[in-house]
Amino acid sequence: MIEIKEYYRAKSVEEAYEKLMNVEGAEIIGSGAFMRLSSRKINLAIDLQEAGLNYVKIENNEIRIGGATTLGEIEKNEIIKESFNGELVKALQAIWSVQLRNIATIGGTVFPRLGFSDLITVLLALNTDIVLYNNGRMPLEVFLEEKIRKDIIVELIIKKENRKLSFQYMRNSFYDFSILNAAVSVDENKDFRIAIGARPGVASLAKKAMGYLKENDDIEEGAKIAAEEMTYGSNIKGSKEYREMIAPVLVRRGLEEVLK
Amino acid sequence: MKIALTINNVKKEVEISPSEFLLDVLRRLDYMSVKKGCDTGTCGVCTVLMDGKPVLSCSVLAASADGHEITTIEGLSEDPEFKAISNALLEEGADQCGFCSPGLILNVYAMKKELKNPSEEDMKKYLVGNLCRCTGYVPQMRAIKKYFEVKA
Ligand SMILES: Cc1cc2nc3c(=O)[nH]c(=O)nc-3n(C[C@H](O)[C@H](O)[C@H](O)COP(=O)(O)OP(=O)(O)OC[C@H]3O[C@@H](n4cnc5c(N)ncnc54)[C@H](O)[C@@H]3O)c2cc1C
Ligand code: FES
Ligand code: FES
Repeated sequence: MIEIKEYYRAKSVEEAYEKLMNVEGAEIIGSGAFMRLSSRKINLAIDLQEAGLNYVKIENNEIRIGGATTLGEIEKNEIIKESFNGELVKALQAIWSVQLRNIATIGGTVFPRLGFSDLITVLLALNTDIVLYNNGRMPLEVFLEEKIRKDIIVELIIKKENRKLSFQYMRNSFYDFSILNAAVSVDENKDFRIAIGARPGVASLAKKAMGYLKENDDIEEGAKIAAEEMTYGSNIKGSKEYREMIAPVLVRRGLEEVLK
Repeated sequence: MKIALTINNVKKEVEISPSEFLLDVLRRLDYMSVKKGCDTGTCGVCTVLMDGKPVLSCSVLAASADGHEITTIEGLSEDPEFKAISNALLEEGADQCGFCSPGLILNVYAMKKELKNPSEEDMKKYLVGNLCRCTGYVPQMRAIKKYFEVKA
């Protein structure tokens, strides 16, 4: 149960940030869909729907997605549909249900760095930067390692390049969380990006494998290297051993797809 | 706090607590077609349309719905599309206990507006978040496919 004392709709990011810093127990609220599953007391819930952070646009060959945009708006956007061989839309549509995607925001999806996240894995496999109100612009992979606790996601910026993307996952049914997921992308210069998530920790890049594949064509070996440079754990969804076994398979399938 | 909601085309000022979710507010206001199942975002029986889009009312803070338009099945009672969906369900014997029907019908209604010529696979993906506790999916799917064919 979440207990909210006061609810406030900010008219701008500046105003939202000012409240976030100056009111004790203040928190940004996306849709609240995920927050409500935990138990917490919030003195001031700051709603961003009128703060001007709802958009998907292209500027200087970059796709910019406002932090309060819902996953549903993103998946229906023409720019997103056309980008990365339609695979980005496919990945978004794998996230739970239409009804959830119509409320869950991208800010609420990325900021908590959820271990099971499908979207973070995919964004990591693209050249994605995150723009925070106070901490500024940084690559998503840097943000995932930093311990930033209080800030606001203003936008996500995905480099619009000629990159083929593939999203792979293992789950017990389509309507479930991923037991393991992997996203692979490559451009015409053989610059690979490989991310593996839901291990169950938050996704990270398989840097060794990315380097290996730049010089070598052995996909099987590349997938093995990627899988081996990650650490895995057990949870209610699956065991560490199971994840270790399926990781190279998911990466190999992703590689095969982008190189087709 | 006070919020303004347009529910089924009727403007209302509603007194709510900032911790309340839309589902509980709607039921408090006697929109009893909106059901509470899992209360965790999984089953879809609490589905309503917000500004025409299907959402989980159990997962929307009532305060964040301030200023928005909400449609429950009560608001569709005169709508020809609603009648066509419910007739299709009746004809296929998919009406069962009906606990999940309001949420399912609202999502089918939204799907019809959103998808052009969906395949059966597309339909299933769109409806993946609508669970039926009586475990009836086959007659429902048959009915929905028929509804799309006839009206397409
Ligand atoms: C039932 C359910 C199933 C799900 N299934 C999946 C799944 O299969 N795959 C998947 O990838 N994801 C899944 N998710 C996660 C979902 O995609 C979202 O991550 C989640 O709903 C959070 O988004 P929200 O807008 O509701 O955020 P909230 O719950 O409102 O907020 C989450 C956190 O983010 C912070 N926050 C929100 N917006 C911002 C911002 N702009 N800047 C800084 N901080 C911010 C909040 O303070 C809070 O700490 C699921 C979620 C639910 C509830
Ligand atoms: S009650 Fe809202 S999804 Fe189950
Ligand atoms: S008909 Fe009974 S829950 Fe679906």
